[in-house]
Amino acid sequence: MVPRGIAARWRRAAAAPGTGRGRSAGVRRWRRTGRIMLRASLRQVSAALKEGRVAPTELCQRCLALIKNTKFLNAYITVAEETALKQAEESEERYKRGQPLGILDGIPIAVKDNFNTAGIETTCASNMLKGYISPYNATVVQKLLDQGAVLLGKTNLDEFAMGSGSTDGVFGPVRNPWSYSKQYKEKSVPKSHSEDEESNWVITGGSSGGSAAAVSSFTCFAALGSDTGGSTRNPAAHCGVVGLKPTYGLISRHGLIPLVNSMDVPGILTRSVDDAAVLLGSLAGHDPKDSTTIQDDFKPFELPNLTDVSKLSIGIPKEYHAPGLSSEILALWSKAADLFKNAGAKVVEVSLPHTPYSIVCYHVLCTAEVASNMARFDGLEYGHRSDMKDSTESMYAATRREGFNDVVRGRILSGNYFLLKQNYEKYFVKAQKVRRLIANDFVKVFRSGVDILLTPTTLSDAVPYTEFIQEDNRTRSAQDDILTQAANMAGLPAISVPTALSERGLPVGLQFIGRSFQEKQLLTVAKWFEKQVQFPVIQLEEVERHDSDVFQHQKSASFS
Amino acid sequence: SAPGGASRGHRGAATGTGGTASTANTAGTGRRHLLEHLEHLALVDFRDAEGVERLQKAIQFADQLHEVNTDGVEPMDSVLEDRCLYLREDDVTEGNCTKELLENATEKVEEYFVAPPGNIPLPKLEEQETFLQGSQ
Repeated sequence: MVPRGIAARWRRAAAAPGTGRGRSAGVRRWRRTGRIMLRASLRQVSAALKEGRVAPTELCQRCLALIKNTKFLNAYITVAEETALKQAEESEERYKRGQPLGILDGIPIAVKDNFNTAGIETTCASNMLKGYISPYNATVVQKLLDQGAVLLGKTNLDEFAMGSGSTDGVFGPVRNPWSYSKQYKEKSVPKSHSEDEESNWVITGGSSGGSAAAVSSFTCFAALGSDTGGSTRNPAAHCGVVGLKPTYGLISRHGLIPLVNSMDVPGILTRSVDDAAVLLGSLAGHDPKDSTTIQDDFKPFELPNLTDVSKLSIGIPKEYHAPGLSSEILALWSKAADLFKNAGAKVVEVSLPHTPYSIVCYHVLCTAEVASNMARFDGLEYGHRSDMKDSTESMYAATRREGFNDVVRGRILSGNYFLLKQNYEKYFVKAQKVRRLIANDFVKVFRSGVDILLTPTTLSDAVPYTEFIQEDNRTRSAQDDILTQAANMAGLPAISVPTALSERGLPVGLQFIGRSFQEKQLLTVAKWFEKQVQFPVIQLEEVERHDSDVFQHQKSASFS
Repeated sequence: SAPGGASRGHRGAATGTGGTASTANTAGTGRRHLLEHLEHLALVDFRDAEGVERLQKAIQFADQLHEVNTDGVEPMDSVLEDRCLYLREDDVTEGNCTKELLENATEKVEEYFVAPPGNIPLPKLEEQETFLQGSQ
């Protein structure tokens, strides 16, 4: 049994005054006024669609209008207004006929711009792919469309997903919606000049920052990201949303433009753990077009409400108390551990001794695979092509010089260095050996009876953009991926759950890491935790003003 | 490949470190060849001294790996190493999409992608003054 009062205490301590909102009260208010419809969870809005309280086209229009209104966030690279409305109309027809395709039918979603989408530009935020229109859909995109989801657009990222800030793409940085929240504005130093506000906005984290910002600012109900070293969980933590990195091999990578083939997974960003489970259920499973997806049957699941955590064993890996971890996050982490302990779970300190080397190992394997993967961009078949005509090689070189940014070129060069004949054993094979030690650390801990590991997701809350760009991308990534990439090295499922607001009024997330292919257990525990901490809802004046404006101007008959 | 005029400087900077004049020279030549070799393999250039510095830092960072004892440890290619790799039937399942595939190519003739003349190696460093001048 959960001792009474724990949740309430946490709520008081974690939420800024007046920001805590009970779920049931929220639902009531939503039903009454419709003002916060866009802030509903995926499951809530799906129920509203089913009951005819809102029409897919209206929902789609509202999201598109809000995307326009929050354009300054730079969350989207491409907004597919026309096709989205068409998809919404088709969905509406299905609802009218009483034959919706399932829970996702009519739900507006967004997709990171490194997944191929037929007929909609896919850029990877790079000059190399500007204007590229894929002839096919990534399997995950196809699955979402087959289930009736409405694709609003493609979200911003670091160029080719290489980065941890969503600041290094050709379309400019993504702004964290929390920069404009009442919570952050109240906590940050009072400003008299508007230019202060301009320099005060914080990054989203990355590289799936556009997807995280889109979900966090209520412009869509769920978004796809990708996660190679933490690219879904890191921005999820900074933007106060749920970020799930599934087990490697559970979800198809076909059509996800590869970064590191042996670690990439499609990621899921939602506003609640339940919603993440819905998305996982609609995406997971074998794909004949991706030989690295496992062939076991995947059964979509609904998450139970845990009432008893006493049989759980939660591991606290001591190495995650990493240099640079903010005291605030450390405090939240131990508070979370206490939460489990007080509820009767077994909480044990565990050791993953090779953790400190994981980020180094990741760096070598990542650059090596990048060097190989980026070889496909030569200007001949697709993407940017230089005007250089002297020779094939000079055309290749000029194309790549013009098409890639410094970060991508830097990783290609480092990767080629580690793969040189004389360095191959010394760096690449060595890193592969260290990778096994890291993976074995996890195996041993899970074998010892630990069910789930609890760690921080990030070292600190989001920093202002002006501060973030002081350091170069490699240094930043090494710091920012430090707590997340080990799960990719070992292929394990991991989820970041929004936990509390920092002293600066910004979101902090904690990470749960589970056993391979044990997503249900992982998400069940995450859901229990989510319920205890009652993370506050973002108070975005833009959205509130917009929501009520829209409602004033186009009162919908179908919406009571 | 690529270095235009700007890259001259970074090689100078990268070669001027440490040792007596003669060892520095040998090391410098070796290093210069290495950087050139990498640029040819990668088909991207360092662009400037900062690019070379970035590589140096990346190597230093990677060198921490050598603190780990990996005697007797097998390298790990994939976390799915214990599972059978899925192989589909060797049947044609899709095709006839020449038009779609050619759609994204900048230069093509009939059903072919068009490349500039092949078998011409990139110019040597000394000959690179004018190389890539047409590119930004």
